[in-house]
Amino acid sequence: MSLKSPLGKVLGLGSAKDGTEHWWSQRVSAVAMVPLTLWFAFSMLVMPDFGYATVHAWMAAPVNAVLLLLLIGTLLYHSKLGTQVVVEDYVHGFAKVATLILLKFAYAALAVAAVFSILRVSLGAV
Amino acid sequence: MNTRQRPLSPHLSAYKFRITSTLSILHRLTGVALTAGTLLLVAWLIGAASGPEAYASVAGFAGSIVGRLMIAGWTYAFFYHLCNGIRHLFWDAGRGFEIEQATASGWLVVTVSSFATLAALAALYL
Repeated sequence: MSLKSPLGKVLGLGSAKDGTEHWWSQRVSAVAMVPLTLWFAFSMLVMPDFGYATVHAWMAAPVNAVLLLLLIGTLLYHSKLGTQVVVEDYVHGFAKVATLILLKFAYAALAVAAVFSILRVSLGAV
Repeated sequence: MNTRQRPLSPHLSAYKFRITSTLSILHRLTGVALTAGTLLLVAWLIGAASGPEAYASVAGFAGSIVGRLMIAGWTYAFFYHLCNGIRHLFWDAGRGFEIEQATASGWLVVTVSSFATLAALAALYL
């Protein structure tokens, strides 16, 4: 048994070295999402109909494909940063670590599925 | 070390109603709701990349009564989170911290996001 106090054990070890990175990343992705989400909302409002052919042609257009890729990447990143904080606030102990890891897997799967889908349509594979 | 169970934030029942605290909680709630909405967005992209039948099942859900109600909710969540997010960015820049300013900007966010939602839903469904 160590006689060192809990405070004594951690003093001088330094910080985790990532400081304000999470906070800053959330703000930068938020700024990027303002034009991207407004573009997306506007695109949905001017879409003539939501039939397969119309939506497919819209997704296939290079400008839309690039903006969709930027949107989905920024959106999932911003969402990941946000849900991470929510989990850290309300879930504790082992469940917290497990939830954070599962969330990370889920976000990776969503991002890959979305990017693959956009590219598959825009590159003319389907 | 003292490890007794201390009360953890948020102490939702301990405070009087304030527009500022209510909107703060609503920002988190809409963020989580929009994360759920992202699942439909990704499903929509996957559907478009998987062919007319897969797309029809996603579009069928989005066009159902339940789907339309969810899209209406997400539309408000989107405009609220967007407007209040911009309010947060102003705070991050060190502006608007006076109580009167925070109250006024809060009501401005509620007003603008409500009208934007009504306008967007009218354009989408009427």
